Amino acid sequence: MDYFIELFFGGLTRGSIYALIALGYTMVYGIIGLINFAHGEIYMIGAFTSFIVATVLSIYGFPLLAIVVIAGLAAAVWSSAYGFTIEKLAYRPLRKAPRLAPLISAIGMSIFLQNYVLLAQTSDFLPFPALIPEFAFMEPVAHIVGSSDLVILVTTTLVMIALTCLIKYTKIGKAMRATAQDKTMAVLVGINVDRVISATFIIGSALAAIGGLLIASHIGQINFYIGFIAGIKAFTAAVLGGIGSIPGAVLGSLVLGLTESFATGYVSSDYEDVFAFSLLVLILIFKPSGLLGKAENKKV
Amino acid sequence: MFPVKELKRSALISLWFAFLTFPIMVIKVDPIERLVNYRWDNMFFIAFGSFVLSILAKVFIIRKEKKEARKKPKAATEPFMQRVIREPRFLYPLSIACFVFGLSFPYLFSTYQTNIMTTALMYVVLGLGLNIVVGVAGLLDLGYVAFYAVGAYSYALLNFHFGLGFWVVLPIGGILAAFLGILLGFPVLRLRGDYLAIVTLGFGEIIRLILENWNTFSQGPSGVANIARPSFFGIDMSFAGGIIYIYYLVLLLVVFTIFVVNRLQNSRLGRAWLALREDEIACEAMGIDKTKTKLMAFSLGACWAGLVGVIFAAKTTFVNPASFTFLESAIILSIVVLGGMGSIIGVIMGALILILLPEYLRALSEYRMLAFGAILVIMMVFKPNGIISNVRRSYRFKKNVSTGGESNG
Repeated sequence: MDYFIELFFGGLTRGSIYALIALGYTMVYGIIGLINFAHGEIYMIGAFTSFIVATVLSIYGFPLLAIVVIAGLAAAVWSSAYGFTIEKLAYRPLRKAPRLAPLISAIGMSIFLQNYVLLAQTSDFLPFPALIPEFAFMEPVAHIVGSSDLVILVTTTLVMIALTCLIKYTKIGKAMRATAQDKTMAVLVGINVDRVISATFIIGSALAAIGGLLIASHIGQINFYIGFIAGIKAFTAAVLGGIGSIPGAVLGSLVLGLTESFATGYVSSDYEDVFAFSLLVLILIFKPSGLLGKAENKKV
Repeated sequence: MFPVKELKRSALISLWFAFLTFPIMVIKVDPIERLVNYRWDNMFFIAFGSFVLSILAKVFIIRKEKKEARKKPKAATEPFMQRVIREPRFLYPLSIACFVFGLSFPYLFSTYQTNIMTTALMYVVLGLGLNIVVGVAGLLDLGYVAFYAVGAYSYALLNFHFGLGFWVVLPIGGILAAFLGILLGFPVLRLRGDYLAIVTLGFGEIIRLILENWNTFSQGPSGVANIARPSFFGIDMSFAGGIIYIYYLVLLLVVFTIFVVNRLQNSRLGRAWLALREDEIACEAMGIDKTKTKLMAFSLGACWAGLVGVIFAAKTTFVNPASFTFLESAIILSIVVLGGMGSIIGVIMGALILILLPEYLRALSEYRMLAFGAILVIMMVFKPNGIISNVRRSYRFKKNVSTGGESNG
């Protein structure tokens, strides 16, 4: 039973990290209908920025709490800056282009960013400093649920609540929902669509950066290539839940995380990705627009 | 000559990039020795480089706008390349010249160059195959490399276990891949657009992971080595001779593929694909069997990948799962989109550019893939329709011939 609970919490942790990245995918897709392949790279850059900042600060002898806060902020700021710049350079000129052109541009951007980090930093795996301390009160259950699992779950929940509030109650959230529904109408009612799209990229990138910081300190090492597989998994999760839907992205991520965790625990870690993708295919066969996605009405 | 406002803007851009690249370009930490290394010179290069580039880009855009403003009264003139393609009196000599050049290539250039050209031609076939699925039928397939892997592994394993020769496996590889295409096609046909994209991506990854982990079947990550080269009527050839032989084989396959794809585009099936791409419901209303047509596109596209896969295994005499990653699918898709979706000549040019470019960029060594990514973005931003966009088949109404006036048109 302990093993089951351990796997369950491991799955939840994994799922909540996927959720942080998947939200960026799903928000961008919901607004401009683009699979942003460079999003995984944004997450990787977030992880790298927090790694650099945290290591520098720890060398200069800052206290742990200050390191966590500053590294988190730096990761969010720089990832958002990258997200914003990428959108401006690679996607905005293609707003009216055929559907596949931005996709190729995104793939190109992803290759570019991977190699940029590879060249500017290193191709080796880097040890990420342990930013999350072992809490004393977690001692009795530490063999099942680690402190970092707890921190990840709590942080993710808080971030989700904040995001929901942002989208439900603020002006920019309202503008985002309007733009997602109908871009032309949004322009007509006086919404600056360009600004809304930029805001979406910034918010999505910041979420991915937080995910990057959390997972990197959980696993303990980073590399320029981590963005690719995480990006594909998160995208799978977003599609699983119904792309464009924010609760769908969270649900899809949790389902994916749990599936992978149980598959690794009970079958074999070699086939964890096979299980993830098979689950995706199975769910899409029975629900072609994902778990929570709305079926679109087709018209001639 | 250059407005001060623009200079200010460029300065701001360069400041922004200096900020953007600060943590990753400037700071380098050594977590074990606990050393911090600041590389301020990088920051200077970035700032200066982005300043110059932004000015150049602005000049380019201004010039383009001026050109377009001048062009306007002439209405939309057809680009030069498209006029060449449309007119048979240009197209035929041109294609014959290309073919002759292709035939004499191994005699004009070194073995090394021939080898690279063979790879490029293989990608031409892959691009044309994927073009059927993506460009013509409009089904976004991100896992095309799976079929390529099936072809390569079918030759590798059949040769390894049963000693089957190249010519026997070539059709088998194609058929296996086509069969797999149908197998994949059935469940995913209900999906549309991007859902289809992610399922095909997942499928490609599943195939790769199975090849990597099922050691007893595929020998795992170490792959299959010592695959027999193709024989020429039972004669074994020298190393250089073998390379030239495979080159001609691939060239033949390219010509065959162009022929088939060209005929297909004008066939009933090809028109059905085009109609399906434009509007599925209208297409069904016209009595086209949607399932059958889509499955045909999937399996035909897959078949070419399988054939090229067999040739790939024979050419490198070694296959392992690392050759069949998502990046490969992405490159093939880029060939199709960059060349111009649906256009055969566009795809050929796209393949030659995208495959030869990294080879000749080898001078840049480690900056090669960086440049590749940047070029993909730049090409898409400046030519979103591809190098040669496919011209819609249209009937030209000649005014001076008909005297009846517009009402007859």
